Amino acid sequence: MKYVDEYRDHAVAQKLVSEIKRAVTRPWVLMEVCGGQTHSIVKYGLDYLLPKEVELVHGPGCPVCVTPLEMIDRAHAIARKPEVIFCSFGDMLRVPGSNGDLFQVKAEGGDVRIVYSPLDCLRIAQANPEKKVVFFAIGFETTAPANAMAVWQARAQGVRNFSVLVSHVIVPPSITGILQSPYNRVQAFLGPGHVCAVMGYREYEPIASRYHVPIVITGFEPLDLLEGTLMAVRQLEQGRVEVENQYARAVDHMGNVAAQKMIERVFCIADRSWRGIGIIPKSGYKLNYEFRDYDAERIFEVANIQTKEPAICISGQVLKGLKKPPDCPAFGTQCSPQTPLGATMVSAEGACAAYYNYGRHLVAVDSLRQPMEAKA
Amino acid sequence: MCLAIPGKIVAFHERSGVRMGKIDYGGITRDACLEYIPEAALGDYVMVHVGFAISKVDEQEAARTYKYLAEMDQLTELETPEADLGKPAKNTT
Repeated sequence: MKYVDEYRDHAVAQKLVSEIKRAVTRPWVLMEVCGGQTHSIVKYGLDYLLPKEVELVHGPGCPVCVTPLEMIDRAHAIARKPEVIFCSFGDMLRVPGSNGDLFQVKAEGGDVRIVYSPLDCLRIAQANPEKKVVFFAIGFETTAPANAMAVWQARAQGVRNFSVLVSHVIVPPSITGILQSPYNRVQAFLGPGHVCAVMGYREYEPIASRYHVPIVITGFEPLDLLEGTLMAVRQLEQGRVEVENQYARAVDHMGNVAAQKMIERVFCIADRSWRGIGIIPKSGYKLNYEFRDYDAERIFEVANIQTKEPAICISGQVLKGLKKPPDCPAFGTQCSPQTPLGATMVSAEGACAAYYNYGRHLVAVDSLRQPMEAKA
Repeated sequence: MCLAIPGKIVAFHERSGVRMGKIDYGGITRDACLEYIPEAALGDYVMVHVGFAISKVDEQEAARTYKYLAEMDQLTELETPEADLGKPAKNTT
């Protein structure tokens, strides 16, 4: 049965690729927003299957990558405090700050714990009333309802030794930021499927019409990405500008309203700094004033954070779709997932790490691209 | 990071007033919060992100997505050990 499925998937993929080839008449630049999509594209070599007129550039949707260095350093400083149990999703542990990563903090005696869900931190706090339990609340809109619930429940259950270090970012302002750049090349977006499972896609409609850019909400599997690409290319070729939903099996127009309500109760919109990009206005969440007692930034005063980023790193330009990983002189030499210099190499979902992990530092990438075929 | 893993609801329970479910992911069972899918029923398939169900999917869809995530080596978060509630002690986790 497995082989039958695989054969069918292969046939569908071939059909989608030939439809894209049939639809395209000139060059287009598309950006997939989400790091999970980038990972899938690079692993399956989907960009090699596309005609060379269709270029995929990789977006800023990797929360681990864009968490600013200043915030990572702050997390490390808090995690080093003897009264603290510092909890984080596993992905954040090996992200380098200015001086080492959370594994190093742990090795030096910090109580750093990996959690599967933010609700686990509440249980840790309840089991250790003499300690201060801090959760590193990172992520996009997909993760915000979970982190919001942990704070909401902490208050409801009277857990006073729990706090969150919030570094939440949201997708629409980052798309707007990319479109406002004078150097922007992106002509259509493959929108982030699971962010939209939570938020719906109403917010993307004014962006599409204001900037005249097609947006196709797209899933993560190879066939999703090929279909999303086809839908975007058809819009571009036909001069249409719409928000279309390729990922209808998980996303609807309104999103998950219960989850959105919890985000609104606990968080409000704030300016946020993105690693490699800088401050984007109104691009994230912070805790509402009524939850200030759960704000780790307020509870733990950490002064004198002096960040240093390597000058050679071009991750900011990669995150904005202006450059690709092999354009960087350090890619695959000084910079690798074992010794990352910048944002896009630190997480498996970052574009540089995906390129490296699937061997793209070893081959001349462009030689693998498909030549344009004669039209049927 | 934003990936969600599909699983089947095999039991309900409540923890401190929060509606939770036991979710079966192809043999591995973990708890998830079901507050955001209030209509979820026993036997339903849900997409779970960091221990929270965020949307419903059908069974066929869930099977396909699960297979894809396994291929992508993206199921490792299910292997995160249960939260360590223990007292801090040096050189242990």
